[in-house]
Amino acid sequence: MKRFSGDISLVLGGAAGMGVQTVEALLVQVLKREGYHVFASKEYMSRIRGGSNSTEIRLTDKKRSAFVKRIDFLFAMDKDVIPHLKGRISKETIVLGEREKVCGAAPECHAIDIPFTRFANELGNPLYTSTVAVGVALGILRADEGVFENYLREHFARKGEEVVKKNIEAAEKGYAFGKHIAYHEGIEVRLTKSKAVESEILLDGTEALGLGVLAAGCNYISSYPMSPGTGLLTFLAEHSKDFGVVVDQAEDEIAAINQGLGAWYAGARAIVTTSGGGFDLMVEGVSLSGIIETPIVVHVGQRPGPATGLPTRTEQADLNLVLYAGHGEFPRAIFTPGTGEEAFLIAQQAFYIADKYQVPVFILTDQYFLDSVRSFKENGLQKIQSENFIIETKAGYKRYAITADGVSPRGVPGYGDGLVGIDSDEHDEDAHITESAKMRVLMHEKRWRKMEGVRDEAFLPTEIGDVARADIIIVSWGSNRGVIEEALEMVKRDDVAGLHFHQVYPLPKKVKKLLMKKKIVVLENNFSGQFTNLLKLEYGVKITDTILKYDGDPFSVEEVVEKLKAIS
Amino acid sequence: MIDKKLYDMPQGTDMAWCPGCGNFPILNIVKMAFAELDIKPQDAVICSGIGQAAKTPHYLRVNYFNGLHGRALPPAIAIKVTNPKLTVIAESGDGDTYGEGGNHFMHTIRRNPDITNIVHDNMIYGLTKGQASPTSEKGMKNPIQKEGVIVEQFNPLAVALSLDATFVARAFTGDILQTKDIIKAAILHKGYALVDVFQPCVVYNKQNTYQWFKEKGYYVDGSHDKTDKMKAMELAFDLERLALGIIYQREGKPTYETLVREGSEPLYEKSFDKAALENLIDTYK
Repeated sequence: MKRFSGDISLVLGGAAGMGVQTVEALLVQVLKREGYHVFASKEYMSRIRGGSNSTEIRLTDKKRSAFVKRIDFLFAMDKDVIPHLKGRISKETIVLGEREKVCGAAPECHAIDIPFTRFANELGNPLYTSTVAVGVALGILRADEGVFENYLREHFARKGEEVVKKNIEAAEKGYAFGKHIAYHEGIEVRLTKSKAVESEILLDGTEALGLGVLAAGCNYISSYPMSPGTGLLTFLAEHSKDFGVVVDQAEDEIAAINQGLGAWYAGARAIVTTSGGGFDLMVEGVSLSGIIETPIVVHVGQRPGPATGLPTRTEQADLNLVLYAGHGEFPRAIFTPGTGEEAFLIAQQAFYIADKYQVPVFILTDQYFLDSVRSFKENGLQKIQSENFIIETKAGYKRYAITADGVSPRGVPGYGDGLVGIDSDEHDEDAHITESAKMRVLMHEKRWRKMEGVRDEAFLPTEIGDVARADIIIVSWGSNRGVIEEALEMVKRDDVAGLHFHQVYPLPKKVKKLLMKKKIVVLENNFSGQFTNLLKLEYGVKITDTILKYDGDPFSVEEVVEKLKAIS
Repeated sequence: MIDKKLYDMPQGTDMAWCPGCGNFPILNIVKMAFAELDIKPQDAVICSGIGQAAKTPHYLRVNYFNGLHGRALPPAIAIKVTNPKLTVIAESGDGDTYGEGGNHFMHTIRRNPDITNIVHDNMIYGLTKGQASPTSEKGMKNPIQKEGVIVEQFNPLAVALSLDATFVARAFTGDILQTKDIIKAAILHKGYALVDVFQPCVVYNKQNTYQWFKEKGYYVDGSHDKTDKMKAMELAFDLERLALGIIYQREGKPTYETLVREGSEPLYEKSFDKAALENLIDTYK
């Protein structure tokens, strides 16, 4: 008897173009509707066809949002899957797939045979293989078949009755086969379903961020495609008609950010999206935003560098890049969502801070975060009042009026009797070039006064466990929230708690007190401990230890648990 | 007609241009064109990059976006798209537009936004003290290529024509009235309009002087068919005699701002559709 209970890791593996993504999308949707807590994350190669990619779908009694190394069920599509995932396959892993294709002549290969080719022949088209595969998984889980059929009806309705019929037939074949396997192999899966999950929304990081960007009233995006930042551009393009979003595919990232600034200048609400390498090109625009005090929101989806690095994998090594990007000194803010809920909120906050304080604002995510799927309650999407800080100008309007809080009311051309000039040179209140040392100091200090406001509105980090009582604090940021939450729960140590930052700059002043007299361990996906160093710099605190990872993969629950157990 | 004085900066405004610079007449011509076309200062935006020509918006009263070197065009596109009611001019030098901003130059033409691109072309780098520009003639001696420029001269007119620009013109700052008429026609043209204006640099360019331009330049006359692209190409490639005037013009090509968005109201006037967002969120259930 092979029993699985409460926490199952199901991995789909195959070459690009073999339908792994289709199976994943179907399976995740249906499992959520069945009432299972699902979390899916993926890893893939930088190629269009071939290679070996995989998706992990976790089914858990409790809501989880972290990657586990362990594989309980592996659905393999070809012979490259097992060697590719070797380090994660154990004796307990149940491998399923068309044995001939999965094992080839390998002697030590134990795969439960699913005759996909036979099914395809029976159904008259290999296109239905994905549906068969989903059926098999649901059969093993003994999930409710009706939910799947309803989903297929909805999903394929537009393609006509014949396609719906064939898919349902495929689903039934797969389901019956899955049940047969479970019986035959003595596989028993116990999972608690939750009624509440059925009505939850299911989003990946890109979608959660994209919805937030729409909620922020964004109406302009100019960007050049670069993984993993492209998803946001695609998302906004898909919904551009319904939301009146101008979508411009720029000739390069330099054009993108300069367009974004032009759009804000004229009264639009713009975002640009890219990854580290593309952001390198945007840096001059960040500096420009600093001096012209024109807002810009920049999404940087991180992947491992330097240069082209590992184009489709994950890392958190561009914090220093966005923190210090741009020559000269000027205020900025950096947000780092760790959940879909946070991404939705942060997108709005980014536009709000950028608009109110006329500064560049960064949303720093990574491949793992953007590609991971999780369900949560719709009311987890918290809307903040979308404000527009544009004023109607009067004759004699001064774009860079010196004010107490440093914010000069922002007019736009064509709205009011005033004229609106902006200048990349140091300038006077009227936006004209100046070389007066006195004016330079006045303007520079005016710009920096805005930092006070930005800092006062900074998000407080999320406490995981009892931070006040704990002696050891595990600090993380961005995509590592889920893994810290789960690992802390697993190790059950009263003396260890977590602190997760979804805003990493500027840091709120009062957090320093939380960190005093504690042992601080920072966990992040980079080599040099970039946030570790920022904490030292900003708070003057001593960091006891770091947990770092830079192999292109996200932290697994298992490795973090091991690290947390060892901390003293 | 608006009084041209409306665009004047206050008396005593310090100007960074050298005495006798070709930028002065261009500034005057732009003011005249705005006045004659009844364009209110509030409704015009000049985008510029960096360099002496790029300082133009500081010397007349309109809205302006004086951004970075080579980047006059990307904000100009975005401004026109965000608020199509504005008259948008991108005005910079030859180095800024064709060198640092070369990629934007090409791809802005491909988009065809309804903007006017006035390029102050003095065939040299002035502000950085006399180095070669993309439009410098082969063989021109300068502080970096001591024995003369060895690379091919950039041909803005031919490049623009090859990318199907719908208004391509060349002007000479020595001729105020003709240049004014060309710039007015460029502003009125629906679509991207390139006006490459020969403008002598009296300090650094001892080769391409007022006299040189006068001898080399000639105006296309009434017999020139502006819609004949191959003829225009022929004129653009002739570097011995330099054709002045509107070399090519074609009406009717859709402009970028009409293709990339609906309506022409400024984007800040559009209200947010809350219901649409709720409907979209529902699709993720």
